[in-house]
Order: sequence, then C-alpha cells, then structure tokens
Amino acid sequence: MSTVAQKKGFLSVLWDYLTTVDHKKIAILYLISGGFFFLVGGIEAMIIRVQLAVPDNSFVSAGLYNELLTMHGTTMIFLAAMPLLFGFMNAVVPLQIGARDVAFPFLNSLGFWLFFFGGIFLNLSWFLGGAPDAGWTSYASLSLASEGHGIDFYVLGLQISGAGTLIAGINFLVTIINMRAPGMTYMRMPLFTWSSFVASALILFAFPPLTVGLFLMLFDRMFGAGFFDVSMGGNTIIWEHLFWIFGHPEVYILILPAFGIFSEIFATFSRKRLFGYAAMVFATVLIGFLGFMVWAHHMFTVGLGPTANAIFAVATMAIAVPTGVKIFNWMLTMWGGSIKFTTPMLYAVAFIPSFVAGGVTGVMLAAAAADYQYHDTYFVVAHFHYVIIGGVVLGLLAGTHFYWPKMFGTMLNETLGKITFWLFLIGFHGTFFIQHFLGLMGMPRRIWKFLPGQGLELPNLISTIGAFFMAVAVIVLLINIVITSVKNERVGNDPWGDGRTLEWAISSPPPFYNFKQLPLVRGLDPYWIEKMEGNTKMTPAEPIGDIHMPNNSFIPFVMSLGLFIAAFGAMYQVDWRASDGESFVWALPVLVIGMLITLGSMAVRSLKDDHGYHIHKEDLMEDEEGGRD
Amino acid sequence: MATQQSTSANPKVNYKYRRNKARQEMRTQVTSFALMIFLTLIAFIMVMAGFDKYFVLPVLLVLAAVQVVLQLYNFMHMSHKGHEGVALFLYTGVFIAFITILTFLTIVWW
Repeated sequence: MSTVAQKKGFLSVLWDYLTTVDHKKIAILYLISGGFFFLVGGIEAMIIRVQLAVPDNSFVSAGLYNELLTMHGTTMIFLAAMPLLFGFMNAVVPLQIGARDVAFPFLNSLGFWLFFFGGIFLNLSWFLGGAPDAGWTSYASLSLASEGHGIDFYVLGLQISGAGTLIAGINFLVTIINMRAPGMTYMRMPLFTWSSFVASALILFAFPPLTVGLFLMLFDRMFGAGFFDVSMGGNTIIWEHLFWIFGHPEVYILILPAFGIFSEIFATFSRKRLFGYAAMVFATVLIGFLGFMVWAHHMFTVGLGPTANAIFAVATMAIAVPTGVKIFNWMLTMWGGSIKFTTPMLYAVAFIPSFVAGGVTGVMLAAAAADYQYHDTYFVVAHFHYVIIGGVVLGLLAGTHFYWPKMFGTMLNETLGKITFWLFLIGFHGTFFIQHFLGLMGMPRRIWKFLPGQGLELPNLISTIGAFFMAVAVIVLLINIVITSVKNERVGNDPWGDGRTLEWAISSPPPFYNFKQLPLVRGLDPYWIEKMEGNTKMTPAEPIGDIHMPNNSFIPFVMSLGLFIAAFGAMYQVDWRASDGESFVWALPVLVIGMLITLGSMAVRSLKDDHGYHIHKEDLMEDEEGGRD
Repeated sequence: MATQQSTSANPKVNYKYRRNKARQEMRTQVTSFALMIFLTLIAFIMVMAGFDKYFVLPVLLVLAAVQVVLQLYNFMHMSHKGHEGVALFLYTGVFIAFITILTFLTIVWW
C-alpha cells in the first residue's frame, strides 16, 4: 500500500468505492445514495403538493397519487433519512471513540450494499408495472387487496435493505462496546456516539418484528397463506401490531442520532461543555427504552379497548419527560455560552422550537380520546412532519454542514448555507404549520383531491408554496456542494476552530488508518481538554507500531447483487405459477441463480482466509502528512 | 474480556488457585447438569401422570425458564465477570418479547 498521493482515473476510483471497507468511504457512499433517494422522495413530495395546490385538480391520477404518497413515505424513512444518518455515524463514530475502523469493516460494506440494492429494487417498481400503493405502513387489508406487483416490491425491497440496516446496527453496537480508545469510558463518550449506540440497540430489537411481518406478508401474497386474511382465519390487525412494534422505535432510530448531532453542535458553537451530560445520556437511554412500549398509540382507533388505550396513552406521554430534559439541557448549554451563529448552529437553534411544536402535538395525539378526532387527518401529517423534518431533516442538514469538512476536507460556503437554512426553515413552517388547521377542519390524509368551497383552498395553496421554498433550499444546497467541490480549498484538522471531540484532532479527511497512535482520552471532550492545556494534539496512548488493516473486498457487492437478482425471481414466480408454467418460465431459474450467487459468495468469503495487511511502522513514521491514499 | 474470566489460561496466575477455581466451576456444572436432568424428569412425569393441563402448562413454562437460566449462567459463562453488557441486552430483548406476547395475548387474540 503506497502512501504517496496518486492521481487516479475514474474507473479506479469507482472500483475503489465498490470494494471499499473503509468506514469513511462507506460514509460517503451512504451520503451519496441517501442524498439521491432524498431527492427522489422530495420530487414525489412536490408532485403530491402540486396535485393538492388547487381543489379538484387532476395533475396526477388517483392510482398514481396512492403510489406517490406510499413511495414518498417509504423512500424518505428507509432510503433517505436512515442511510444519511448511517453516513454520519460511519463518518464520525469511529473517530469520536478513537478507533481505526468499525469492528467489522466487511459487514459495514455488506450493510451498505444490501441497503443500496434493496432501495434500487423498491424504486424499480416505478418502471415495472407500478409502485406500492398501500401507504408506507402497508396495512394488510389494503396491501393484500393491492393488484400487480407493487406490494411485492415493497416487501422484498424492504426485506433486503432491512437486512443491511440490521447488519449496520449490530456493527455499531460491537464497535462502540469494544473499540473505544484507552480512557474512553462509557461516560466519556460524546453524545453523538451515545445516541448512535442507543439507536443501534433499537435497530437490533426493532427490525426483527419488521422482518417477521414482511415474511408473513410475503407468504400471504406469494404463497397463498392467510396470516392477515380474515376469511381464512387470519387477523389483519397482526400486521398493524408487528409494523408498529417496529415502526415506533424506528422513529426514535431516526431522531436519536439527530439529537446527537445537535448536542455536538450546541456544545461546539456555545464553546461550553454540554450541560447535564449524565442527564442527557440517561434521557437518551430512557427514550430508547420507552420507545418500545408505546407502539399501539398508532392504533387507538382500531378498537383495542379503553384499558389498552389508556396504558399506551400514558406511556406515550411519559416520553415527553426525557425529551423535555434534553430540550432544557440544550438551552442551558447555550446559556452563558459564547455563541457563534454558524450554519450548523442556526439549524440547531431553529430545531428547538420546531421540534417542541411537533412534540406538543404528539402529546395531544397521545390523548386517546382526542385521537379519535385527529386520527387520519392532516393534523397527524403536520405532527409527524414537524418531528421528522423539524428534528431529523434539520439534524441532517446541520450535520451536512458541520461534518462536511471532516468528510471531504473542504468547507461548505457559509453564506449559501445560511440562505439554504432560511429558505428551508420558512418553507418547512409554511408547508406544515397550516396543515394542523387543515386537519382540525377535517381534511383527511392520503386523499387524492379535495372539493372547492369547503374552506380548504387557501391553506392547501399556502402549503404548496411552502414546499417550493424547501425545494429551492435543497437546490441551493446542491449548488453549494458543487461550488465547494470545484473550489476545493483544503482545511486543517479543526476547521470550525472549536472542535471538542476526537474527530477534530486528526486531519480532514483523516488518513485511511485514522489514528497513527491511538489517543489517550483523559475526560469528556478529550480534544478540548488538550487544547485548554496548551497541547496542539492528543497525547498518544501507544508507541508507533504496525497497523493491521482489512483488505478491500468486492464480495459484499456480489452478495447483495445476488439477493437483488433473486428477488426478481421470487416475485415473478407468482406469475409463472398463475399462468400454469406458460409465461415467466425464467422466474424460477432467476431465483435459483440469484441465491446461488449470494450463497456462493458467502462460501468464498468463508473458505478463503483474508488476513488483511499491515502498514509498517517505518512507512508510518515517514508519513508525516497523514497518508491520504 | 477473555482475561477477566476466572478460569484464566494465563500461566502467571497461581497454579493452585487456577486448579481450585476450575474444580469449583466443574462442581457447579455437574450440579446444574444433575438438576437439569431432574427438572426434565419432573416435566415428563407431570405430563405422563395426566394432571390437569391448567396446572401442567404454567409449571412447564416455569421449569423451562429455570433451565434456560441455568444454561446461560452455568454453561454459557454468564456468571463470569465482563458479561454485564450482554446481560443487559439479553434482558432488554426478553422484556420486549414479553410485552409483545402479552399484548397479543390480551388485545389481539382475546
């Protein structure tokens, strides 16, 4: 492995990214593909808003509208928000705990490619006979009645990408438990690492119910089973329970890492230690724990009975307590701090009122009796967009600006960043604030068109105008990224000047082995401690020695590709059987070939020893720059 | 983690001490093995004796739970130090599975 910088051709860069097991490059892959799906989901949202801009509109047909709203939700949750968060977790967590990589670099790559192929499979439904159209929740009574292959794309695509997510979550758990640098105790971990840890634990426990639910759905749809079919003795409510046992922790999987990003930003730009660190950690864990006991609040109107409704209502309201603890701690972090209003900080400050608004409507919805009024109206739509955009998306945009220099070694333009921020914030509140009132006026969610003369015209128009503001904001962000990348002004270790945690102690982007010597962590915010004592870098915890590195591998890509191919076979064998073997004769062979590719590559991985390689001490000593490859 | 186990393979640790530890461990393993066989026998006898099923079922479940605990702690080394994290995750998983089943039993399949 040469440590001399070389100019590489496009194909060799592509090959490098296809085979990489480096957490920093996988982070970039997550960022690019998550960003792509974010744009896809955004375009779907814009079409929805255009359709609803004026009453009785026929911009899209009713069937297409159902597909759009389903794919908007599914794409944004599974293929945009979660991968983008995984991008930041990959980029930052190993650096924050002072590790050279994640615990299982190969699995890290496998997790990404599974997510990627699952996402591509799901989106190919647009071109292959229609997308899923039963809502992102895909309630069984709707999805069993859905014709065509839309729901099959949903089931198989999410199954594949869900496996990737589960792998990634377990990888982060093992990494954070086992790979912390000397001195990095649990109660010295930065809050982003803590929240990633809790989110990964939630993934570990929340994704199996989804997997089970998807399998049952797959059997119902493809092999004539009757788990959810009432006429065959099944129960359609079981899907709802399984989905929400997964689905509610899922929203905490999204919001907790965003909380972590904001915690880092508040402490950095208030130039103060995070207020109430221990309480923040406790609140994070408590939110994760309570997140598993509230799922039925999505089902108050199903008819669970007053006792069950009351239990889940109280449990739901209890979550407001740890969340409130966090909100106050963030405000007290800023209190008396020497605040710098950089772009990430603007997002962080705007996040507090936006998220609190979403939290308050959450408590309103948690009151089971009142929920009968709100259920399935635009009030719910307004609520979850306030928490997901006001919490997660603002967190992602803040993280993009905050960690961009660490990931790419160059700063995004601050002026353009602030323009993006204001356009996005105005657009976001413009779109969704008014939807609370639409909901209270009785506009149901998931409707294709509304009629004139019911007082719904103006609020819907305002909402659409707001959506355009958000679209323009995203375009400005893209322009910013292009300009920044073209200019490519390199920055040093700590471009914000106030970095507190370990990732700011090494070069931007870090060398491929991260830390030449593992750092010695002497407290919370280790880099800040060293800076306050006048040190320019971390005290090493070990002498310079050989570093063991994993080899790149193409196997994760092939393994995921095999499942992607097999999924087509699994889907079209239904048609093959339905036609008595007349058409789609290729379906079964494709299924077999796909599985053989996957199993074969697993066998290759198992049978062929891959011991990795060492970077030798001598090369490390020469490599003062930090060895960018 | 490996170094924290009581049956350390570290040759520096006193030989007598290690031998003693290993013997104690062996004793708990043999004891729990005998206990587990005994519990299994009770389970079989209970079913064969044809007791009322509302008596047999809960007792069987309790016996099964005891066996799982014995297995985890005495044979899979959860009694050793350094397994606190594992225990936390395990109990969390058990708890979540429990409330899921409880919900299904009470409000889905009533």
